[in-house]
Amino acid sequence: MTDTTMEKRLPGEAVTSNAPSPLLVAIKETIFTAVLVFLLGILMVGFQTQAIQGQYLSFVTRFSDVIWAVAIVPIGRFLLALDRQGISWPALIVGGLAFLYFFGAGSTGVMELDVYKTLPLPFEEPMVNVIFGLGALLVCGTAIKSIRTAGEGRQTLPAREAAEARRANFAKRLSGVLGPALVAIAIVLPWTPWGDRQLVDSLILVLTYVMLGWGLNIVVGLAGLLDLGYVAFYAVGAYTYAKLSTELGLSFWESLPIAGALAAAFGVTLGFPVLRLRGDYLAIVTLGFGEMIRIVLINWQVFTGGPNGIGSIGKITFFGFPFERKVPEGVTAFHDLFGLQFSGAHRVYFLYYVILVLALITNFVTIRLRKLPIGRAWEALREDETACRALGINPTNTKLTAFALGAMFAGFAGSFFATRQGFVSPESFTFIESAVILAIVVLGGMGSQVGVALAAILLIGLPEALRELALYRMLAFGASMVLIMLWRPKGLLSYREPTILLHAKNKKAMVSGTVK
Amino acid sequence: MNAALQQMTDPATPLLTVEHLTMRFGGLVAIDDVSFAAAHRGITGVIGPNGAGKTTLFNCITGFYKPTVGRLTLAAADRPTMLLEQMEGFRIGQQARVARTFQNIRLFTGMSVLENLMVAQHNKLMRASGYTFLGLFGLPSFNRAEKAARDLAVHWLDRVGLTHLADEPAGSLPYGAQRRLEIARAMCTEPVLLCLDEPAAGLNPRESAELNTLLRSIRDEFGIGILLIEHDMSVVMGICDHIVVLDYGRKIADGTPAEIRADPAVIRAYLGEEEKE
Amino acid sequence: MEYLLQQLINGLTLGAIYGLIAIGYTMVYGIIGMINFAHGDIYMVGAFQAMIALMIVGALGISWVPLQLALMLIVALVLTAAYGWTVERIAYRPLRGSTRLAPLISAIGMSIVLQNYVQLLQGPRPKPVAPVIRGGFALTGNDTGFVVQLGYLQIIIILLTVALMAVFAYVIAKTSLGRAQRACEQDRKMASLLGVNVDLTISQTFIMGAALAAVAGMMVTLYYGVNDFFMGFVAGIKAFTAAVLGGIGSLPGAMLGGILIGLIEAIWSAYFSAEYKDVAAFGVLVLVLIFRPTGLLGRPEVEKV
Repeated sequence: MTDTTMEKRLPGEAVTSNAPSPLLVAIKETIFTAVLVFLLGILMVGFQTQAIQGQYLSFVTRFSDVIWAVAIVPIGRFLLALDRQGISWPALIVGGLAFLYFFGAGSTGVMELDVYKTLPLPFEEPMVNVIFGLGALLVCGTAIKSIRTAGEGRQTLPAREAAEARRANFAKRLSGVLGPALVAIAIVLPWTPWGDRQLVDSLILVLTYVMLGWGLNIVVGLAGLLDLGYVAFYAVGAYTYAKLSTELGLSFWESLPIAGALAAAFGVTLGFPVLRLRGDYLAIVTLGFGEMIRIVLINWQVFTGGPNGIGSIGKITFFGFPFERKVPEGVTAFHDLFGLQFSGAHRVYFLYYVILVLALITNFVTIRLRKLPIGRAWEALREDETACRALGINPTNTKLTAFALGAMFAGFAGSFFATRQGFVSPESFTFIESAVILAIVVLGGMGSQVGVALAAILLIGLPEALRELALYRMLAFGASMVLIMLWRPKGLLSYREPTILLHAKNKKAMVSGTVK
Repeated sequence: MNAALQQMTDPATPLLTVEHLTMRFGGLVAIDDVSFAAAHRGITGVIGPNGAGKTTLFNCITGFYKPTVGRLTLAAADRPTMLLEQMEGFRIGQQARVARTFQNIRLFTGMSVLENLMVAQHNKLMRASGYTFLGLFGLPSFNRAEKAARDLAVHWLDRVGLTHLADEPAGSLPYGAQRRLEIARAMCTEPVLLCLDEPAAGLNPRESAELNTLLRSIRDEFGIGILLIEHDMSVVMGICDHIVVLDYGRKIADGTPAEIRADPAVIRAYLGEEEKE
Repeated sequence: MEYLLQQLINGLTLGAIYGLIAIGYTMVYGIIGMINFAHGDIYMVGAFQAMIALMIVGALGISWVPLQLALMLIVALVLTAAYGWTVERIAYRPLRGSTRLAPLISAIGMSIVLQNYVQLLQGPRPKPVAPVIRGGFALTGNDTGFVVQLGYLQIIIILLTVALMAVFAYVIAKTSLGRAQRACEQDRKMASLLGVNVDLTISQTFIMGAALAAVAGMMVTLYYGVNDFFMGFVAGIKAFTAAVLGGIGSLPGAMLGGILIGLIEAIWSAYFSAEYKDVAAFGVLVLVLIFRPTGLLGRPEVEKV
């Protein structure tokens, strides 16, 4: 029994030789949790404030919810505490049943699950029951995991390293299959029966984030520079095309290189003074720059249109042939060019392939750059800047190129965003966007291209698919960020392949690098 | 660059001349008016008790610190004379071609052994790749340069006996192998002066003897100067042509191994330290 | 001149609030080296709890203002500290010893969770709070016609901040908790080998940070009289900016940074443009970091190679 307690102990927890009885520990933790849940819930949950006529505050109470939470959460904690002491079956059974009950009954409001319709529920809000159901699932899953790993004993350092290496190898093999498969699916999907306009529209959004993720991956994943203001370059690209289109009448294809170049120039200008800063200082300064650009966009009315943004931006054309039903004299429309019936979907499908190609270009350039001296220098800089300087590598220039390239791809993506939406406003370029893109990179597994795509599908695609969650969507989004990190701190598919091999057959994946 | 450029080297001048070097951190004087010279084709040992200022000296020479006072002249054959104290840190590696290793090994641990050696040839390869633009399209001239760089790396892997581990992450190597890899990485920059900060620390006697052979062969074959901080007296006395002794930031002796062994000031400095232990 | 004095008073008040939030950032950064992105939202939760506490106190019929304030302070402080502890326990502790980015992403996730949690529970609309303390001293009243006001509330905010700073300085410098914190800041592994309970010390740091953020939240509730679930974001960024400006890891630095950011904002809004006040604050930060990367009161770090 004591052995299993040792194995589950969190690092840093004091080791006591005369361990108290498991039940006692569990009860102590349970009482503590009950008190904690009460403290957390009593005001925030127990009272709902309402502004009456926007002037006075009144409230309604929701004490029953607090009482239920104080009753239920400690049970979960009790089960987990027992599980940690080596008694896993209560957590497995109770957790599993509770999941079926809460999740099934709670989701009747969302889904049509007739079996559960008559069951009484503790919480009025169906979604809250669902959340508690998912919590029960976590308890149950923890128990399953500890039953599966029971008897393995405490993992030694070499064993942990071996496990890490196995995971990296698995990630590598999976990426090898998944990468081409995802590309193939992406190419044919619009032609399949499932590829309706709505799905393609959602996929355009997902692909935009895939591209942004790949662009930021150069900065964060390869060069190890923590950039929390990446969205600023996205905004520069979007506004550049918006201005070029509305003021000078340039087309998307003419503006694309200009937008990329301008975003890269912004990257260099912003990066030059601050790239000397280390780690978190860089993070906060880039965050500051991101916010500054947004504030300027809101307030520079004459140029940016202020909070209302810029509208009627030129739509994308098929390399000069517009997707319009009626075109001016002398211009051939896309459907006439190919002798098709006009359909509004043509433009959407074309946009889809444009962003797919743009994203794939980003991907291939990144893969190629990694194998060039500059790419190796980025990774070396991420690993040890001091050693780089001793080897005669110019840290500032090397970082600047990463920053500028990342910014350029964001600029491209921004132009695309502007032409797709037809309007741009500062609302689209908030800090949360930067955070989401960074989360995609980190959750994907730093430096892993397939991982980034996977994370973008998970983080952007799933919430798109689960629109019924409505208000709970962002809650689920934030919670999944936390949970994925707890589950896989190194990201979903984290591995690193050497950029050059001496022994060709010796193709092993490495454990991926980290930002120091 | 301009500041460092002077007249072409007179072959009689030593490779590295350190004159009146002083380094202060606030009130603490880490190096106090140290002058010495390191010869071409020679191994110069820097020894001294802990805290004598040896690593600080290295950091001044390799540009990690800006000396408070003093002049550091590097006069390699067939190259312009350079004043190291006026150069920005990374340029000392890039242009003056001074390479170094670190006391607490600093490899790119997540990258493979071979990649470590490729990174060391960064500047050469950057030029060959047309600062990335040409390399992006895989031009033959770049591929040739990459191949040559790989061959150089393999040459050094063979010499330090790590060829079979070339594709392993550098961080996974045993300690002794990491030390050797760091030296190989420094040599891949094709330096004129190699600064080694305690290369024998943590090595067993056999590895230490191998290190001696390696360093001698580097000196004889490439004709470069080696500056060596070391505590292991068997290494120092065995291979150094010339030894500089520091104590409390000052130079207390300077001479051949035989002279140093007999120097009363050195004996005092070392015995004094032993008493404390 | 009177106008400037007024702006200084306003800026100082605002700065005291930023400073209190900044201490939470600086302490957490000092001890575990992470940007606690959810800290701004802890402050928001603190403001909401203070607001609800005030409402309940009012509903219970307690009308003596000092008692109202004391109850509000204690309730908000304790309950928000519980949030600080919980966030650390759930989202950060399991990631200790992991990569540096993992806790950062987890923190951003937690920040999103807290915002939406409050939005779901309390609704998305801003909440008005009726002023509790009105009035103040008129400092000058000369013929220019401009009267410099020093509100009673402003005096309370500044005095409370000074008192809290004094308590904190004492805790950090003299108590065993403070010693354990400083030890963990220097070398966590060594501290744990010497018998310091590192996890407990880190938890206590989060509790202290959250408690101070709750006080800041309470002050803001009284001072501006309007709360919404998104208020933590901008305040959080500015407070972190303040912490970096003052030198991250330094308590007096955090307060100094907060006051400077407050003053810059107040003066910039008064003399230039209110729209660009945040740009001014960030601009100062960038300049300081370029010329003094360790902040105003931070220890300059000597690079060890």
